[in-house]
Amino acid sequence: MNGETSRKSRIPWQHLIVDVERVRRTMQLGLKSLWLHRLRSLLTGLGIVFGVCSVIAMLAIGEGLSYEAQEQIRRMGSNNIIIRSVKPPEDRSSSAERTRVIEYGLTYADVERIKLTIPTVEVVIPSRIIRSDVWNGTNRIDCDIIGTVPSYPEMRNHHVAMGRFFTEEELEENLNVCVLGDGMAEKLFPLDSPLDGIVRIEGDYYKVIGTMEPESERSSMGSPDSNPAAAGPARNATGAPYEMYIPLTAAKSRFGEMLVQRSSGSFSAERVELHEVTIKVGQIDDVVETWHIIADLLTANHKKTDYEIIVPLDLLRQAERTKRIFNIVLGAIAAISLLVGGIGIMNIMLATVTERTREIGIRRALGAKRKDIVLQFLIETVLLSASGGLIGVALGLAIPFFITQFAELQTKVTLWSPLLAFSISAMVGVVFGIYPAMRAANMDPVEALRHE
Amino acid sequence: MDSPIARVDNVRKQYLMGTVMVEALRGLSVDFYAGEYITIMGPSGCGKSTLLNILGCLDRPTSGQYVLGGEDVSTLDDDQLSTIRGTRIGFVFQSYNLIQQLNVLENIEVPLYYQGRPQHESRAIARQLARRVGLDDRMEHKPFELSGGQQQRVAVARALANDPLIILADEPTGNLDSTSGSDILGVFDELNRQGKTLIMVTHSDEVSERAGRVIRLRDGRVERDERRN
Repeated sequence: MNGETSRKSRIPWQHLIVDVERVRRTMQLGLKSLWLHRLRSLLTGLGIVFGVCSVIAMLAIGEGLSYEAQEQIRRMGSNNIIIRSVKPPEDRSSSAERTRVIEYGLTYADVERIKLTIPTVEVVIPSRIIRSDVWNGTNRIDCDIIGTVPSYPEMRNHHVAMGRFFTEEELEENLNVCVLGDGMAEKLFPLDSPLDGIVRIEGDYYKVIGTMEPESERSSMGSPDSNPAAAGPARNATGAPYEMYIPLTAAKSRFGEMLVQRSSGSFSAERVELHEVTIKVGQIDDVVETWHIIADLLTANHKKTDYEIIVPLDLLRQAERTKRIFNIVLGAIAAISLLVGGIGIMNIMLATVTERTREIGIRRALGAKRKDIVLQFLIETVLLSASGGLIGVALGLAIPFFITQFAELQTKVTLWSPLLAFSISAMVGVVFGIYPAMRAANMDPVEALRHE
Repeated sequence: MDSPIARVDNVRKQYLMGTVMVEALRGLSVDFYAGEYITIMGPSGCGKSTLLNILGCLDRPTSGQYVLGGEDVSTLDDDQLSTIRGTRIGFVFQSYNLIQQLNVLENIEVPLYYQGRPQHESRAIARQLARRVGLDDRMEHKPFELSGGQQQRVAVARALANDPLIILADEPTGNLDSTSGSDILGVFDELNRQGKTLIMVTHSDEVSERAGRVIRLRDGRVERDERRN
């Protein structure tokens, strides 16, 4: 009808201001009509349910993984720079030079140079790491023996559980005292307190003066980590399940600097002065600069790259970057699944509008304005997508819980993820509901009434 | 007589049917007065339905004037027309046109709902009207649980809900058997006695005999306009 054209082109946007009471009653109406087609509503909302639920669950898993990784890095100390001795690659597989003594790694001279020349450095902790068996009677443990200085635990945020760590005096006097790492006491002293007990390493005896709290940092370094840099060759002596601490002086004098390994007729020897140096930088802002100075300094004094520098702060930033990328990818997946869900909803709502043409005609004849019809269908769509979102949130919160329970994978649900997912699902209702609703509102009442 | 409650003045209505321009009303003029019981008759294609749509503010004339209750409604916009439909006009359709998912009371309430009447108020009106058309014991029933005659009574009650100036009925007995048909006509007679203005489109001479005025249309114009009494 030609009189219609001018009317149809009018968009009821400007009339979309409505009162609360009407919205409430329209919501009742919408719920009623969704409930009337329960199965259809459920199937239609399923796209949103899965979209929302997968977003929350995946975010929780990602959040959990990166939280764990970041915790581990943070435990290394964000003000710290850790330098480790690494056997230079060209010497690693040289089976021809069986008897040569390989000399590499960090030296006491390096430590002195760093201490003296870099003003931003606050503390330098040298340590030696020797893998060996520790005995108490017939109880044996394969472990890393770390020779270090008294400030080591403080620097590594590692706490004493029982007894104490060794002191400066014990270090200077070169005493045979040791602190057991987590889990060792139970193995070596299954019946009584490890304190004041005596353990044997090769030919020497050490008095146990303390035990350490569990620390997941070490195990994490060898575990598959999301962080590529942290997963590299972490320590010179890797793979040992435990670690214990003795004064650096004792480590030097009891074990010497020469480590001899015999294997099937051949033997190889390594001479390493220090395995690891932990450097604490006074100000966090100086970490990166100090790192570059140390790198230059080491490059100048080492012929080969027989060390690696680990900067927890840098690792942390990398981990954060990785997480950001992960979140972006996740966001894209979520957006796609919600888009698909929204299209599904729009499709059904278009069918519903056609199916209810007669009803629309009746309502229009009885005084419903276009905005009333828009409101009715829009609210119905939003209710549909929002209830889908609600179910999705419930599932999305349940799934991480079960993953933590049964897969022993750490998950972490942040508050904003269900909130965001839910509000997006409601938004999807608005975006994909507006077209079917407008189509319903723009029907000619006369034709709508004639519709069968 | 007083001034007319509804006046149609030289109304033309053209619309496009496919590619052909159809002229449904060709300068039709007619006045309706308060309290009248009018039937509109005529062969199919004479413009009855078009006239009824214009009278009901579902459609606007291409040219000419339609004055309802002293207000020229031929130039109103869509929202204003909706308001007019909701406040001044009661519709009764041939096929009842009840909303299937709503029960009797809720159906009667629909026009009040769109006028923004509070629920307790509209519920009370709906109950009263349901009683008035004899559906006291069917108030919570859905349309499909009712007979045709009962459904049409619901439709009549709904048309009365907003206390309209005119009630428009489009072959209200067309889908009913003779018993429930005369039943409904009885309701209309009663309404007219109470002073309601009724305009009814019908094919049946039997039906039109009850009316005080019969308007016959042909080719979009009034062919004959007779009053009885």
